[in-house]
Amino acid sequence: MSSKDNKEMYLSEKLYGDVDQVPTRNGYGHGLVELGETNKDVVVLTADISDSVRTQWFADKYPDRFIEVGISEQDMMGIAAGLATVGKIPFVSTYGVFCTGRAWDQIRTTVAYGDFNVKIGGAHGGISVGADGATHQALEEITLTRVLPNMTVIVPADSEETKKATLAAAATDGPFMLRFGREKVPVVTTEKTPFKVGRAETYVFGDDISIIACGPMVYEAIIAAKELDKKGISVRVINMHTVKPIDKETIIKAAKETGAIVTAEEHQVAGGMGSAVAEVVVENCPVPIKLVGVRDRFGESGEPEELMVEFNLKSTDIIKAAEQVLEMKK
Amino acid sequence: MKKTANEMRKDIIKMTNAAGSGHPGGSLSSVEIMTALYFKIMKHDPKKHDWEERDRFILSKGHACPVLYSAMARSGYFPVEELKTLRKLGSRLQGHPDRKKLPGLEISCGSLGQGLSIAAGISIGLRMDKKDQRVYCLMGDGELQEGQIWEAAMTGAHYKLDNLCGIVDVNNLQIDGFTKDVMNVEPIGDKWRSFGWHVIEVDGHNLEEVIKAFEEAEKTKGMPTVILAKTVKGKGVSFMENKAEWHGAAPNSEQTETALKELEVY
Repeated sequence: MSSKDNKEMYLSEKLYGDVDQVPTRNGYGHGLVELGETNKDVVVLTADISDSVRTQWFADKYPDRFIEVGISEQDMMGIAAGLATVGKIPFVSTYGVFCTGRAWDQIRTTVAYGDFNVKIGGAHGGISVGADGATHQALEEITLTRVLPNMTVIVPADSEETKKATLAAAATDGPFMLRFGREKVPVVTTEKTPFKVGRAETYVFGDDISIIACGPMVYEAIIAAKELDKKGISVRVINMHTVKPIDKETIIKAAKETGAIVTAEEHQVAGGMGSAVAEVVVENCPVPIKLVGVRDRFGESGEPEELMVEFNLKSTDIIKAAEQVLEMKK
Repeated sequence: MKKTANEMRKDIIKMTNAAGSGHPGGSLSSVEIMTALYFKIMKHDPKKHDWEERDRFILSKGHACPVLYSAMARSGYFPVEELKTLRKLGSRLQGHPDRKKLPGLEISCGSLGQGLSIAAGISIGLRMDKKDQRVYCLMGDGELQEGQIWEAAMTGAHYKLDNLCGIVDVNNLQIDGFTKDVMNVEPIGDKWRSFGWHVIEVDGHNLEEVIKAFEEAEKTKGMPTVILAKTVKGKGVSFMENKAEWHGAAPNSEQTETALKELEVY
């Protein structure tokens, strides 16, 4: 690993120091405000929590294109599909648990089967929602949406990337699921960091093992890579922001060139990003894999940081998994 | 138009017989509603299904697609001959509507309770663009048991969607029996009125009454309208009338012959 890698991907200069911390939901809010200016077809729907999911910023500037539906997520999904039929680009926004759980059948049959241009913004993803506890900690959205044909699923690494994903969703036809979080998380990327839907980005170019991460776990993966580097283990770090359609080429290349993979996500491992990676690996180039994530357990109340430790979602957990998988590789 | 309605009844019998499955009961009860919409009320162009100025029809009770397919075929969206492909592999006429397969369908549907929300979304979108087209959504009375219908009912009234017109095919039956026994949805009119809708109750098999109701709906401003069409499930085929078992069963050849004979004399 070298500082050269950093510059090529235009990652944050402060990555290994006093890194900036911003909630990813802010990137969604900023993205929507920018779209309000640049794309007159964009409309935003909210189910009563406009401040919390950052759609209030759009509402303040473009009240005529903001639709409040109250606490009725299923209705909201249908309204969005209806708006899409007349050429609007609706962004449907609520907490991840409520859009993908409460309104899953509406997403499946109305939005995905109908293949409508509906963008779902799932806020408060992951365990780090903190004190609200299990009912509000979304740990299943990737699984629930990536099983749906026509659906694109994106889990941005930080606020900057969430903004890019929001803009990209509006520019790409078809149903999208964007997953972002409530708490401040390290800003890994910058405005200049490349982002393309469906193309994973490699941030650290090692060849002993690959760590494939999404969401805020990308930062944890980078920190883990640095620590492993000190032990003489050369790590590749891949940001798998698009979980569907998944970048098979990058995964297969990583499997072939490094021969060992760790995946990391703030989500259930069952059916999540790691599972999606494993599906590609076992079919194309089987190598040992370890999946870091939440294991068949509901969340609970606590401080975000202590929950990340409690649920084994820190760089230290990635390091442990990496050492185990390297043993399996031998 | 009465003749067209009768032809549509025959289509429904023939197509479900050819498919060996399907939903004749709730299709037969909706025939006059669909005849009024596709042959009198709606602005649409079967030769240009994506005409921007068209009125929109949303079938919420998706299982009643035989009547929709028949209305579309007979108004010129596709050849009547194609109706016999219903539910067959490779057919554009899926067991429940798939908008990506059949041009002219606005949505894909079949999971109940979702149509009115979509119709409300279209109404809001059209109003944003200052368009004056109307949006129609056909629901079943059993379908009113779905909670989402009432979410959408709130939305329709809250946003004063007077370009939106719901129709409930009140045939009193669902798969498990009479709606009043399975899960009572009455008083339906009072429910819609209390949600802020203009309610019109008609005999759903009287074409003139149905047409008049649609005209009244169009003149009603400041609130959405719902037409409660009192109908008979299986209407027009004596052995199917008022029988829950004909919700989702197709007639065999003998039954088809009997049914078509009855419809000939109509």
